[in-house]
Parts: sequence; C-alpha cells; structure tokens
Amino acid sequence: MRWLLQKDVLILRRSRLLVALLILYPVAIALLIGFAISRSPSHPKVAIVDQTPAGETVRVGSERVPVSQYVDKLLSQVEPVHVATRAQAVEKVKAGEALAALVIPPNVAARLSSGTTQAAVEVLYNGDALQQSLVQSTLNSAIAQANIRFSEGIQQAAAKAINLLLEGGNLGVLGAPENLMGLSEIPPTLQRVVNRQPPGADRRALERVSSFANFAAQNLSASKDVLSTVGQPIQVKSALLHGRRTPLSTFAVVVAVSVSLMFVCVLLAAGGVALEREERSLARLLRGLVSREALLVEKGSLAAVCAFVVALAMLAGVGAFVALDWSRAGLWLLALAFGSVAFGSLGVAIGAIAREVRAASLLAFLLSLPLAFLALVPSGSVTGGLYGAIGAISFVFPFKASLQALDAAVNGATPSIGLSLVHLAVLTVLFGALARFGLRHAE
Amino acid sequence: MSAVLRVCDVSKRYGQLQALRDISFETGAEELVAIVGPNGAGKTTLLSIIAGAQEPSAGEVITMAPVPGARSRVGWAPQQPALYSKLSVAENLSLFAHLEKVADPGRAVERMLEQTGLSGRADERLDRLSGGNRQRVNLAIGLIADPPVLALDEPSASLDPGQRGRLWEFIGGLAKAGTSVVFSTHNVVEAQRYAERVIVLDEGDLVFNDTPGALMRAVGEDEAGDFERALVAFLAKRARG
Repeated sequence: MRWLLQKDVLILRRSRLLVALLILYPVAIALLIGFAISRSPSHPKVAIVDQTPAGETVRVGSERVPVSQYVDKLLSQVEPVHVATRAQAVEKVKAGEALAALVIPPNVAARLSSGTTQAAVEVLYNGDALQQSLVQSTLNSAIAQANIRFSEGIQQAAAKAINLLLEGGNLGVLGAPENLMGLSEIPPTLQRVVNRQPPGADRRALERVSSFANFAAQNLSASKDVLSTVGQPIQVKSALLHGRRTPLSTFAVVVAVSVSLMFVCVLLAAGGVALEREERSLARLLRGLVSREALLVEKGSLAAVCAFVVALAMLAGVGAFVALDWSRAGLWLLALAFGSVAFGSLGVAIGAIAREVRAASLLAFLLSLPLAFLALVPSGSVTGGLYGAIGAISFVFPFKASLQALDAAVNGATPSIGLSLVHLAVLTVLFGALARFGLRHAE
Repeated sequence: MSAVLRVCDVSKRYGQLQALRDISFETGAEELVAIVGPNGAGKTTLLSIIAGAQEPSAGEVITMAPVPGARSRVGWAPQQPALYSKLSVAENLSLFAHLEKVADPGRAVERMLEQTGLSGRADERLDRLSGGNRQRVNLAIGLIADPPVLALDEPSASLDPGQRGRLWEFIGGLAKAGTSVVFSTHNVVEAQRYAERVIVLDEGDLVFNDTPGALMRAVGEDEAGDFERALVAFLAKRARG
C-alpha cells in the first residue's frame, strides 16, 4: 500500500491544476466567508419621495411628535436616493438606479392626528425575485421599526397628556387657564364638599359626581398602561429547549467547512479509484499485487487526509474573522477526521461504481450538491412527510452527520458529537462495503 | 519437456454467456505458444485468467516454477497498456517492481530499461511516448519480476513493422532464456512464424492444440502454404460439423 500511496501522491503533485485548486479553494472560501460574515450587510438603494412639509408634526393632546422622527428611522435602514416626485422615483426604479421606491405622502401627519384614519406609505419594487425578496424584507423591517419608534413617541406624548389631566398643572397651550386642577384631586375635594352638605337631593347628586370622578381618575391612570400594551401588544421572550444557541456566523462557517470537506474528499476518492480503471491498471494491481481492500483504504485515506488539511485550513482561516472557541480545537480535529473518513468511503464507493474519472466526478458532484442542500432544509419549512423523506436520505449519507459533528465540535450544538461520530463510523463501514462490492470485477 | 504452466478444465461464464468451456493445455519452458481464433473466441479471457486478473468459473491454472520472493508467477502484458500516464517510464517500472516485491527493484528497473531499449527514455512521462514505446513499457512491467510464464495479449497490435520485428526478436530471446510465452494474436502469420504451438479457440472451445504445420495438414494445405487460409478453412470445416 505504501508504494501505491507514494505513486498517488506523485500523480497528485503532477496534477498542478488540482493542487492549485486544493490550495486556493480553502483560502478563497475562507476569505469570502470571513469577509461576508464580518462585514455588516449593505443597505439596498431606495428612491425616497418625502412629500411631508418640513417641520410637520403629529399633535397628541398638547404634545407634538415630529414626522421627521419616522422618516429618519426609515432612512437609516436603506441607502436613500432622494427625489422630488413619485414619477421620478418610478423612473429611478425602472432604470435600475434604485431597487425600490418609498413614497411618504403629505397627509401622513394629518391622518395620524385625526385619530380615526391610519397613515399609509407606498412602496414600489423592481428587480429579480431574489432582489425583490431582499428589498421587501429590508423595507418591511425598516417600516416596522420606524412604526414602533413612532408609536413610542406618540405613546409618550399621550401618556404625558394623560398625566397632565390626572395631576393637573399648566397645559402649555396658548389661552389655556394656568394651574389646572388634576382629575385625581377632584374626588377628595368633592368628598370634603359632600361631607359638609346636609342629607338631601343635592348631597346625593354630589355623591354621584364624586364616585364618577373617582372612577374616571382610577381608569385614566390605568389607560397609560393600556397605551403601552396597544403600542407593542406582544413582547417576544425566547428560550432554547436544548443545546446552546449557535450564532448564525459560526454555523455558516461550519456549513462552509463541511461542504468543502465533502466536495474535496468525495471528488478525490472517487477520481482516484476511477483513474485506476481508466488507466487500465486496476486489473494489473488486483491480480495479487494489492488487495481490493488495501486499494480502497489507500484511495480513501489519501482523499481524507487532503480534505482534512483543506478543511482545517479553512476553519483556521475563517477563525481570523469570526470568533471561534479555540479551546475546542481537539473536538474540531475529531469531527473533521471522522467526517473526512466517511466522505472518503463514500467517494471510493462512487469511484468503484463509475467506470471512468469523468463519470465518477459527475456522479460525485451530482450526489454531493443535493445532499448538502437537503441537509440544510429546516423542519417545518416543508410538509411532515417530505421532511421525513429528506431526513431519511440525509441519514444514509455522511453530510448531515458530519455537519452535526462539526457543529457540535465548534458550537457545542446538539446532537452530541459522540452520537454523530458513531453515525459517521457506521456510514464509513457501509460505504466501504459498497465500494468493495463495486470493485468485485477489475474490468 | 516438463510443463511450466498447466491450464486444467478452465471455464468462464458471464451470466448467460459461456466465454470459455473446459479449456486444458500445458506449456513448457522455452516454449512460444500462440492463441488464435475469431473475435469473441475467448482469447483475452483465457489470457487474463492465466495472468490471474480474472477468476475462472471452474477449473484452475497451475504454474510450476515459483519465483523466489516475487508475487507473480505469470507476467502479463494486457492488450491495452496498463500504465500510469503521469509517471515516467522508470517510475512505472519501479512501482511495479516494488509491488511485485522484486528482491532488488533498482536493478530490475535498469535491466528492463536495457532489455526493452528504453534506457534513454527512462525519465520521460508515459503520456509523451509513442504507442510502440508504451507497449514496450507495458511488456517490461509484465517481465519485471522475471516470471517463468509470460502472458501477452495482442503484443504487436499497435506496432509498426519495424517495431514488431524488434518485439518478436526480444520475445524470442526471452523464450530461449527459459520463459514460457503464451500470446494471443489476430495476425496469424505471426503465429505461424514465431509460435512453436498454436491453440485455436472458437466460441469458448479449444478446437486445436498443435504445431502450425499440423493445422495446415489438417486442412490439406502444404506446410509452406497460406496459414491464414488454412485457419479459416479449419474453422469453416468445424462449423460444418
């Protein structure tokens, strides 16, 4: 096996394009992922038509909330391209100079101040489905955030007005009487007056007014709480039932490394076995010079070692951009080692079945790509039956188990790494047996 | 003549297809034996079974003279060169010398380079060699362990007349040195010229096993006559029953 391994390393070294790819691929992917994760996302370019008059405010009782507060919040989420009219905005979107247009009509303040009608903004989209989806979700989020911010402003103004009604004081409105009595002061004042009244119709009438004032003061006080509930009726408090929370950035790293590990390993192992058939040397080797098992182990091991080094380089490279827990590096090595051996086993099975390198590479690629895709389908995004089928397919190939092992190693995610390693070991044996079956005929 | 190779009742079946049926013969040291027959007769299958590249469905192949230390008792040169195109001539030879567990691989490589006249091209990569030179390397790998039996499948198929002449001279030298050579060929003139014995296969059956002269006589041809015509007549006579 030593001589066969030496020969394969020599052939690999002479395949300059392949070696260059093996070196450049992890570097390029690591840099791309690193930059993509470490840089904040760019804001979509949106044409803005702000038709609200300058200094426009929404009046809430004696308080005024500037409309610019709403507009500023919206603009902070996008790259604004200011235009004067709706027609100009439409032109910008049609010409591709902006991905969307946002029209803020002049009557926003008036409609809000009316207290009976909702204000509305208009959004116009263009671009392909992906761009639309990106812009739509960004704008929806921006509008939602601006709405919350604006409603908070209105809420605070309303609470202030209610407070003034309850506590009394100066309204600050031109012509309004100074030092007004607060609603909360009326019930005790009235009660003192009632106590001085002789029994009779006047006293009963005053008692009724006093109990109403008392009721009104209590409920008006409660209405401040109601306002905050209406402003944001449901707060989200999330809790993870098991495992630990995995940051999206480190999960993205795990996915990228697992995909690279799979592609490099499966393609190399499949190509290595198929090359022996293509060079017609397989029959020569298998007539007693090398056993079928030794040949498969050699091809799988070489591919696994190469893929392991590539994946580890990627992980270390991305680690320069993303905070990884280096104290878990021992577990990374374990997960990468088991994953690469399992992919090597899958690769030699593909190579043993295919008759030539091109067919083996194509088969390896066609199998690997959907496997990676299927393993990333989240539960609940498809019907239960379909998810079950996807789960079963993912279970019998090493990608998902490898992804889970690496996720557990890097992020401490569940299932535990031990379970995933056992899964990978079983798959290694199964695909090894399949490879041995595929290699039963040398020619 | 003592037998070096003994093929005993060898049969080979691929599913429903009977490729070989109860083939038995022996070859001796210093003997050159040609296997001829029409396409699909089973020549390549028989040679690959002799070489150990395929298992027979029934029967066995016995080689009498073991090579101390070496793994293969039968050297094999398949019809299509089985070589690594990204390795040089010397690297290919060295790899198989080590895999064959030859006692002194370096010396064996030098010997084969010398014998095949490839010493000047030892460092050239296989994918830069002509078809004839590739076939020489293919043959050299078959001989690297100095086996007592050599199985050659269409050894001269891709060679020009000059190269063919040198190849047969080389193979003749091997036979004289004690190697038992079994080769298949479509070129029946080569079989008549170089082989001491001809084995004729037809649809998986061994139908003739004797000297070329005996085959000529069997169809009433003069021994100096056309061997190809005699073979065709022999097969036609057999087909008629």
